[in-house]
Amino acid sequence: MAGRGLAKGPGLLLVWLYGVMSVGAVSRSVLQIATEFGRAPLAYALSALAAVVYVFITYTLVRGGETARRAALVCCAAELVGVLTVGTWTLADPGAFPDATVWSDYGYGYVFIPVLLPVTGILWLRKSRRPSPA
Amino acid sequence: MLDALTVAVSVTALALAAWCGFAAYRDQPTKDWHFIGMAVVSALALAQLVVGVVRLAGGGTADEGTAIFLAYLIGAVCAVPAAGFLSLAERTRWGSATVAAGAVVLAVLEVRLHDIWAA
Repeated sequence: MAGRGLAKGPGLLLVWLYGVMSVGAVSRSVLQIATEFGRAPLAYALSALAAVVYVFITYTLVRGGETARRAALVCCAAELVGVLTVGTWTLADPGAFPDATVWSDYGYGYVFIPVLLPVTGILWLRKSRRPSPA
Repeated sequence: MLDALTVAVSVTALALAAWCGFAAYRDQPTKDWHFIGMAVVSALALAQLVVGVVRLAGGGTADEGTAIFLAYLIGAVCAVPAAGFLSLAERTRWGSATVAAGAVVLAVLEVRLHDIWAA
């Protein structure tokens, strides 16, 4: 782990952003599901799913190692697919979403961080594959 | 008072973001002066939390709900110290970049706090 954790250098910034998104998405979905789940079940369930993905990616980035790197890569790809799917879905069928999800309109409400983060994440994870001494 | 603090925290947070962003641009880690800046911004955010709680205790109501208001106040207090703590372990430009990102997050939280208190 020493010297080649995934949370070193640019990876630290990534961990920070994923950490922030985790806290934001978890607290948001806990609050929404606990207080008004019936109002927009689909939107809130998708927010909860996003929260789980964020927490898992944050954990794998902090943990480091080759297995974690692969797991994080898969999750970043899933996250990207999720953002694009939900983003398109919310634009195509707004009626299904009485309230916004974290991934609505490609993450518009979160300064598009949800769509930028997985792309950056994938680039960083691919780059840190080689265990080169650096 | 709450509005004044919200503006103060936003402005100082953006200044901190620019300052640490500049340090990252110049390939420098966070230094003592940066940490003093973080302390100032955090102290303002803490004052905001206290004033917010006092306002709630005094019968004030947040437009979007007490729980959300408190969660954002606490998040605002934690944002910069958490990023600063990470930058202690990362003595490169990326530590500075993380603090800059933390300060931007704080500024965004302030805008939301303003909406949550009175839409």
